[in-house]
Amino acid sequence: MSEKYGILAQYDSPAATIKAAEQVSEAGYSKWDVHTPFPIHGMDHAMGMKNSPVGWFTFLGGLTGYTGGMVMIWFMNSYHYDIVVGGKPLFSGFYSFPVAYELTILLGAFGSILGMLFLNRLPRHHHPLLKNKRFAQVTHDKFFVVIECDDPNYNEAKTRELLESAGASQVEIVEE
Amino acid sequence: MGSAIENIYAETPKELVREPLVANQRSPGWLSDQISAIIEGKTPRWWWIAFTISFLTAGMCFSMIGYLVVTGIGVWGLNHPVMWGWAIVNFVWWIGIGHAGTLISAILFLLRQKWRTSINRAAEAMTIFAVMCAGIFPAIHVGRIWFVWYPLPIPNANDIWPQFRSPLLWDVFAVSTYFTVSVLFWYMGLIPDLATIRDRLRLQAEKIKKPFGKFTNKIKQVLYGFFALGWTGSNRHWSNYEKAYLLLAGLSTPLVLSVHSIVSFDFAVSQLPGWHTTIFPPYFVAGAVFSGFGMVMTLIIPLRVLCKMEDIITVRHIELMCKVTLATGSIVGYAYAMEFFIAWYGGSPYELYAFKNRAFGPYWWAYWIMVSCNVLTPQLFWFKKIRTNMMAVFILSIFVNIGMWFERFVIVVISLHRDFLPSNWGYYSPTIVDILTYVGTMGFFMTLFLLFIRFLPLVAISEVKGVTPQADPHDPLGGAEKGDAH
Repeated sequence: MSEKYGILAQYDSPAATIKAAEQVSEAGYSKWDVHTPFPIHGMDHAMGMKNSPVGWFTFLGGLTGYTGGMVMIWFMNSYHYDIVVGGKPLFSGFYSFPVAYELTILLGAFGSILGMLFLNRLPRHHHPLLKNKRFAQVTHDKFFVVIECDDPNYNEAKTRELLESAGASQVEIVEE
Repeated sequence: MGSAIENIYAETPKELVREPLVANQRSPGWLSDQISAIIEGKTPRWWWIAFTISFLTAGMCFSMIGYLVVTGIGVWGLNHPVMWGWAIVNFVWWIGIGHAGTLISAILFLLRQKWRTSINRAAEAMTIFAVMCAGIFPAIHVGRIWFVWYPLPIPNANDIWPQFRSPLLWDVFAVSTYFTVSVLFWYMGLIPDLATIRDRLRLQAEKIKKPFGKFTNKIKQVLYGFFALGWTGSNRHWSNYEKAYLLLAGLSTPLVLSVHSIVSFDFAVSQLPGWHTTIFPPYFVAGAVFSGFGMVMTLIIPLRVLCKMEDIITVRHIELMCKVTLATGSIVGYAYAMEFFIAWYGGSPYELYAFKNRAFGPYWWAYWIMVSCNVLTPQLFWFKKIRTNMMAVFILSIFVNIGMWFERFVIVVISLHRDFLPSNWGYYSPTIVDILTYVGTMGFFMTLFLLFIRFLPLVAISEVKGVTPQADPHDPLGGAEKGDAH
């Protein structure tokens, strides 16, 4: 029960957090994260993160929606039970466009939000940080840098020193 | 640090200093406290009064619908030749109102209009509830409500599928997509704020002594926590979150433009003079945004006072909304003029008659109410004195709502009541059931909106925090030291 999850350092301003993130990143840590009440401009760069791949999920969703919509209408109105209405063609990309367009957006939106949740591994209601009392301030106005014990570079004394020298106002160990 | 701030502001010429989005240099912590206070505090008296009235009105709406379903569509004023009466007018009106919410949440986001953060949550809630009210009308307009599933892509008893050449079917897909995507977008925006409420409840739990208080706190923690999905504000999460938010904004923008375009196809694809015009899609979209901003202002102006949000939703926010109303209202005025010009220039006698009949026929009063509310009212927003007078803006915003309802009445009823042959003419008036159903949907809308105010953060907490100078790592208030701008 009392296994250690990682080390939690609190910072009081976005600028201090960015500087700390830069130092942690330079020190070569890999299993670490910054937790903030709102996204901080420039933090992705400071942490050395790559562009988010959510767009691929949106694209796949949208593509499925468009082709699915077109195939559905073709199947229903011109293949499975074809009825001529007003002398118009049984299938045309024009009359089926509005519905296929809406389905593109619908599945694209589902792709974006489900892709985001999948990439973030959410929902996850049992995270060790959520049990920490100090960490509850993360959605209020405090900023945290967390380095996990599983990180190959992790050394309790050295890591603590790094976070403190980066200007942390509080540093504590988080239990699993 | 104080002197650094003063230096920076002293160096900037006065006319270049922007009015801050959050007044009085409120801190991020103050923002969470202030916005969550509405959810955490005691239910105010005004809320109970408003809720009781709204709930009873909503009850009236559903009893009228019950009466309609049991008796038949004859309880409405519909008859040949006006087969689309108030129900369709109300449908288009409610859908149009929703458009401002999506414009604020998606289009203003893409245009990097940071002031949207103070109002987007409430406006998106308005969108969702307005689309719910709108959805009621075509469903009950079917008459035999047990056949309402016919436009869904399900084969009927004879194995026949719905007919996708009809714009009515496009509308079903457009409106249901619009509703679903609006809910997704709204919920995604809520995730970090639900986490804020969850964490606050956890910190408050220790101070609660009474066992019942402890119990309700626990229930709330579980519920808010469940829907917060375990959000920890991780930057690795924020990165994907912000990208998904941008993509949803990018998807909602063509969506909102398409929804009212497709609603206008219900009319424009037909052959009826007054409906059969190519100007309809852009004209409907502009009108929708115009009416939606009218409704946003009607809701927000009292709300910012009642919920003590004056520092978050400032006079500048209201002023900016007035400017959007002025712009879209002018587009609508231009469209009215252009319709008349084309009716004359197009040379079709039926089209010309339809427009003469609009302005001077038996329904002349509806046309002139529409023109005075939609063309003249927004022009008053040229004056800063009026834009910054909250009472005046509130009253004018109600005129916008009235005017846009009459616009749909003009389009639906006046066009239908006299078409090509005089033997086919008639006069339409609503029955009391029509009127009470419409008034009732406002009660339904307000019921949902009041519940939203009481139980969910009415302002996007994390987004407003993000636009304060305290959140900017390059601003002295965000902890930056001099020469620190990297």
